Amino acid sequence: MVLMKMKFPFEKRMKLAQGLWLLSWIATLAGAFTFTLGCFLKTELRRRAEVMDNTEIHAVPNTLMIVGLASLGINYFAGRMCQDALDAGRFPRWKTFLQPYWGVSLLFTLLMLTTVIMSYAMKGNLEWSLKIGLKNGIRFYKDTDTPGRCFQKQTIDRLQMEFQCCGNTDFKDWFEVQWISNRYLDFSSKEVKDRVKSNVDGRYLFDGVPFSCCNPSSPRPCIQDRLTNNSAHYNYEHQTEELNIYIRGCREALVNYYMGLMNTIGAAVLSIFLVQSSVLVSLRYLQTAMEAVAGQENTEIETEGYLLEKGVKETIMEYVTPVLVFLQLNQVGSEDAEAGETPAK
Amino acid sequence: MAVLKVKFTKTNRDKLAQVLWILNWVSVVTGVILFSLGLFLKVEINKRWELMAERDLHYVPNMLIATGLIACGINFLGGKICYDCADTTKFLRWKLLMLPYVICTFFFTFCILVGALMCYGMRGELEEALDLGLRDAMRYYKDTDTPGRCFLKRTVDLLQIQFQCCGNFGFRDWFQIQWISNRYLDMSRREVVARLRSNVEGKYLMDGVPFSCCNINSPRPCIQHQITNSSAHFNYEYQTEELNLWRKGCRQALLEYYTHIMQSIGFTVLIIWLFELSVLTGVRYLQTSLENVLRQGDPDSESDGWLLENSFVETARSNFNIIKSLGKCNQIDTANNGDPNINVPSTAYYGPDNLPSKQIPMAS
Repeated sequence: MVLMKMKFPFEKRMKLAQGLWLLSWIATLAGAFTFTLGCFLKTELRRRAEVMDNTEIHAVPNTLMIVGLASLGINYFAGRMCQDALDAGRFPRWKTFLQPYWGVSLLFTLLMLTTVIMSYAMKGNLEWSLKIGLKNGIRFYKDTDTPGRCFQKQTIDRLQMEFQCCGNTDFKDWFEVQWISNRYLDFSSKEVKDRVKSNVDGRYLFDGVPFSCCNPSSPRPCIQDRLTNNSAHYNYEHQTEELNIYIRGCREALVNYYMGLMNTIGAAVLSIFLVQSSVLVSLRYLQTAMEAVAGQENTEIETEGYLLEKGVKETIMEYVTPVLVFLQLNQVGSEDAEAGETPAK
Repeated sequence: MAVLKVKFTKTNRDKLAQVLWILNWVSVVTGVILFSLGLFLKVEINKRWELMAERDLHYVPNMLIATGLIACGINFLGGKICYDCADTTKFLRWKLLMLPYVICTFFFTFCILVGALMCYGMRGELEEALDLGLRDAMRYYKDTDTPGRCFLKRTVDLLQIQFQCCGNFGFRDWFQIQWISNRYLDMSRREVVARLRSNVEGKYLMDGVPFSCCNINSPRPCIQHQITNSSAHFNYEYQTEELNLWRKGCRQALLEYYTHIMQSIGFTVLIIWLFELSVLTGVRYLQTSLENVLRQGDPDSESDGWLLENSFVETARSNFNIIKSLGKCNQIDTANNGDPNINVPSTAYYGPDNLPSKQIPMAS
């Protein structure tokens, strides 16, 4: 039985063609918009590429760009087709084109939906990538004389000031890393020697943070060193002090920022997906209605349009069966060979 | 003799009217641009009101906003007039209005030029406002508990971070003020009391700067305290160290920023002024050529267009006489024996019949 049959008198067909033409132009603009959203997201991700360990998250903007370009093409052809649909003689031209067209457009529309799901699902991937990237950034903060790492300090400082964050998970990450280079440590001083000896790896660790962790909204001048020592500073209690340095970790700040971006983009792409699907559904109805008209003398008769000629299961079987036959052909061939051998015995 | 006389055929006049119609609509767009430029400048000045002392800086953006709005109105009217000028009968509707319109547009174009020049001239006042404003802001940096000044610390810190500057003239300005509040100074410690006693006003002065002066391009962690003491830090020489703190003063940084904005705006306004001037010239030519056509009587004939009917000096003289006679309107005209009822033939423009009025013979 036919799936979702609808009757189409001549005027309704004309209105469908005209409405679809307008809708396809809107969908073309939406496709271009999707492409720009993909470009924008990619640029934003590349800006902070230095604190990301891998580029797997780039799959989201890459797919968006591909889908945007593809939908430009899909909707352009949809518009051309419904322009020709107004003239019953010109429409049969598109017959051979339609089969591959449906395959391609269904694929890319599903890809659009997949992108939306990906943008929510890849949060864990992003977080992991940022965790490793920030850990390395903090570790190499002091290596401003090592080629390839000399701008790590600048990157981390800029990041902490822009995103108002400190450290990886929080500011205590700075206590576990030597972030002052040995070049600026006076090894003849007793204090420095004691500190370096006090831990296994011989690193100069102390409870201080770089200046970029300082919060400008604090009412008092920034306390950067001896953060856990209440008696080192007048009128200071580190357990209750909240405004002195940024409490938030940079990983959380960056994940929030990018998830916010991807949520907004995901919502926009979802609505574009709905527009695109409606274009494809309307085109399918128009195609089937016009096919019934082809070959008739009176082009203004009422015809029926449908989504699928047979039911969903039967259509799937129709496409899958040739594939199965091809696969079974090999097996049948080997069975025949066995059957051929046994009678011979 | 007329100033810059040009002959106009009928097709020339019609083309001129059409071109001027389009140009007037383009001028409406430039008027909107002028308005938005003024608005942008006003917003930029307002954003940093805390760092500027009380100076009358708002007259420049206000002038630009007003001229932008007036430009939209005048050019909209001009567009309508030029659209109607393509047809001689419709021109008669606007005949009486055109000369006042041209004069108003001339003065308005002059106002645009004044606005452009004011943009360039604002720099001196801005420098003074910034100097005093920054000095006060640094002085009240520590007063985060005083209402009205509690966000000044944040403003100054964010300014120094964003504009990559330190202090008013340089980072040494911080050495001359107390930027740590007494709330956070331990008065029981000897060195604090010694510092406070060491200067006349009892201020806690030190050779240190706030964290926002730190340069992110420095290869070493920031040195904020005991800056002038080379021995207090390992491998540090105060005289040769350049990358530790921002070297530029905030006054210079802000002045550069605003000068750049105002120069761009001034340049754009000058371009708009030239454009408006050319539109005004076109409208003047159109007006004079159409009036000459009406004077000649034949709507399809050639006519002359000019900028001024007589030379510049004669026009100035006649206008001056008109203004003088305005003051004399109460006095009786003795030329006609004091009788205002005698009809003196005039050289005024004629009505729709294009016929000269009959000369009434003078009473003997």
